[in-house]
Amino acid sequence: MVYRRTKRDRVLIVDDDASLAEMLSIVLDSEGLTTRICRSGDQVLAVFGNFKPDVVLLDLMLPGMDGMAVCRRIREKSAVPIIMLTAKSDTSDVVRGLEVGADDYITKPFKNQELVARVKARLRRTDQLAETLVFGDIVLDPVGHTVTRKSEPLDLTPLEFDLLACLLSSPEQVFSRETLLRKVWGYHHPGDTKLVNVHMTRLRSKIEDDADNPTVIKTVRGVGYQAVTPP
Amino acid sequence: MRRAVRWWRRSIQTRVVTSTILLSALVISLTGWALLHDVADGLADGRQQVAIAEAQTGFESAQRQLDAAVEGDALTPSQALAEMVDTLSSNRTQFRSYQLVLRGPLIEGSRQVPVRSSAAMSPEALPTALSDKVSATRGTFWAFTSLDILGESESKPAIVVGSQLQVPSSGDRYALYYLFSMAEQQRTLHLVRNALALGGIAMVVLVGAIAGLVSRQVINPVRLARRIAERYAAGNFEQRMHVSGEDDIARLSTGFNQMAASLQVQIRRLENLSRLQQRFVSDVSHELRTPLTTVRMASEVLYSNRDRFDPQTRRSAELLQAELDRFEDLLADLLEISRFDAGAVQLDLDSVDLVAVAQRAIASPLVQRSNAKVTIVNHDGTAMVEADVRRIDRIVRNLVANAIKYSQSARVEIHVTHHADSATFEVQDFGIGMEDEERSMVFNRFWRADPARAQGGTGLGLAIAREDAELHGGRLEVSSVRGEGTRFILTLPLDPNRPPERLTQNTVSQMTL
Repeated sequence: MVYRRTKRDRVLIVDDDASLAEMLSIVLDSEGLTTRICRSGDQVLAVFGNFKPDVVLLDLMLPGMDGMAVCRRIREKSAVPIIMLTAKSDTSDVVRGLEVGADDYITKPFKNQELVARVKARLRRTDQLAETLVFGDIVLDPVGHTVTRKSEPLDLTPLEFDLLACLLSSPEQVFSRETLLRKVWGYHHPGDTKLVNVHMTRLRSKIEDDADNPTVIKTVRGVGYQAVTPP
Repeated sequence: MRRAVRWWRRSIQTRVVTSTILLSALVISLTGWALLHDVADGLADGRQQVAIAEAQTGFESAQRQLDAAVEGDALTPSQALAEMVDTLSSNRTQFRSYQLVLRGPLIEGSRQVPVRSSAAMSPEALPTALSDKVSATRGTFWAFTSLDILGESESKPAIVVGSQLQVPSSGDRYALYYLFSMAEQQRTLHLVRNALALGGIAMVVLVGAIAGLVSRQVINPVRLARRIAERYAAGNFEQRMHVSGEDDIARLSTGFNQMAASLQVQIRRLENLSRLQQRFVSDVSHELRTPLTTVRMASEVLYSNRDRFDPQTRRSAELLQAELDRFEDLLADLLEISRFDAGAVQLDLDSVDLVAVAQRAIASPLVQRSNAKVTIVNHDGTAMVEADVRRIDRIVRNLVANAIKYSQSARVEIHVTHHADSATFEVQDFGIGMEDEERSMVFNRFWRADPARAQGGTGLGLAIAREDAELHGGRLEVSSVRGEGTRFILTLPLDPNRPPERLTQNTVSQMTL
């Protein structure tokens, strides 16, 4: 979208490891992004206010405030996409990180290409959508990035917005978790489908009357998810 | 019956009580029987002596009367004797303690003799042996008999004492019998017998109860010890036995508690040790990851710019990149193994179609690049299992990669089969195969067959695959014939939470290559 491409996108790198932070900034700079490095959890919020990043890359292991706490604090004041960097691929940590508001995570070590793809996926907007989607009592406006339900505005993060837009743009089509990872998260390789589950749960809690018995987005067991056309 | 046998086999108390009761019943009935015998003998002896003495007096007075009557009277001897019987019968005080029987006159060789008796009684009352003796010989004889008086319901035991009487005038001989009832003695005997029986039964019950009580005192601590031992066996070492007193039971409890405490200490030490070790491996892996990430990113920057370098630097960048891949794989596998060792792995279950898994495996770049022809053989259609799709994909990727890389086989077959409660996934190659010795080591960590050594790899792939299979309640097995090929069989239960009892145990033996 033109209005977002007029300036260089900004990435805030929050990592205590000087070499890794510098290397991240080298790679992202070479992709045409503006980066800023923050080495301590305590300073993140101050830097965040000044820099106004479009994406935050957040290492979970930080001195001072730990990664989870930082993530929660950022989420309190902003819906900015957050990608966690984690050395722990233990699912419990990942799920905890996602639950405090991270949109995505990358497990160290990763390939540059993968990093760039994920960051860009979070910067990209649902360009392909030109017109407003009306789906039962849900109205999704891709230009204003707003979603309303029964005329009440819903507070969705950009990622949840993308996820909902992806499913609503092709009603009745069953999206596998892998497809969603590719389309919404920008994965090139098979990733952790738990990511989809966690975000789907959060999205449902915002758009469904009863998140345990969803009527808008249904789970197709063994396959994936499907937006069901309202009667 | 089976329950009783089981009870007998399982309960010491039952055995102790039962055998005590049986043995004491035996002893008590033996002594009781002997006692009863003695009492009966004593009673019979006493009655017999009294009876003989009384009869003797009777005989003598009868003979005397007989002698006197003949001198004075003109009565026939038989009339005199009959009268005498009547007198004797009426002679008794109010209550008759004996009956009289008079037989005679006795004629040699004939048993048909007239009889006169003081009461109507059956002829069997006089034993033949006795009457023969009395008829033949002079003197007093006695025998036991049973007195069966007509009009009375039951026959009573009795003593019969007999003697010959002689009529001086005619020389006729008569036999006179005294029958003494022993009903009194019999009643006494019954009384004694009943008392003995009742006492015996009471005794047996008492002894049984005592045995039960005593064995309970011993067995209760043993039962407690057993229950606690079972808890220990189940891994719960918190329980201790209650110790009171200084007896053997207390010492058993103390010994038991000491054993539990020392076991607990040992187990804790081992647990700590293994936890520390796993923690260490895990920490090392994690700590390595951050610098590795930096190195890897730098290497990629260098690698992507390699065209601008001189040949030597370019080759170096290429080698750096390739070996970093390997290093990374090794680290990832090590971390995975350490997670298995720590028991920190959890399944993320979902419905998985093994046919789709096979198709994904075939679509992978490795298979597409290779020269081997990989085909899926599937007659049953979809094979759905509840499984962690990431792990199943990993197992299958690994098996297919092994078949392509190491077997030197031109074709690889993937068989997907569906059973009642399990599904099997087989990867078969027709390559060089393995010796038995190699085959047995194929799942060992870091083990690689010689031809495989040259081709990189971490040597952990199959070890992880097997851990993954077992985590699902399934199995990963291998069969191989040198020169013919190798077959890996992955058997998965349809639902890991309800694994079938015998997970197609005989898969390997059924196999033909």
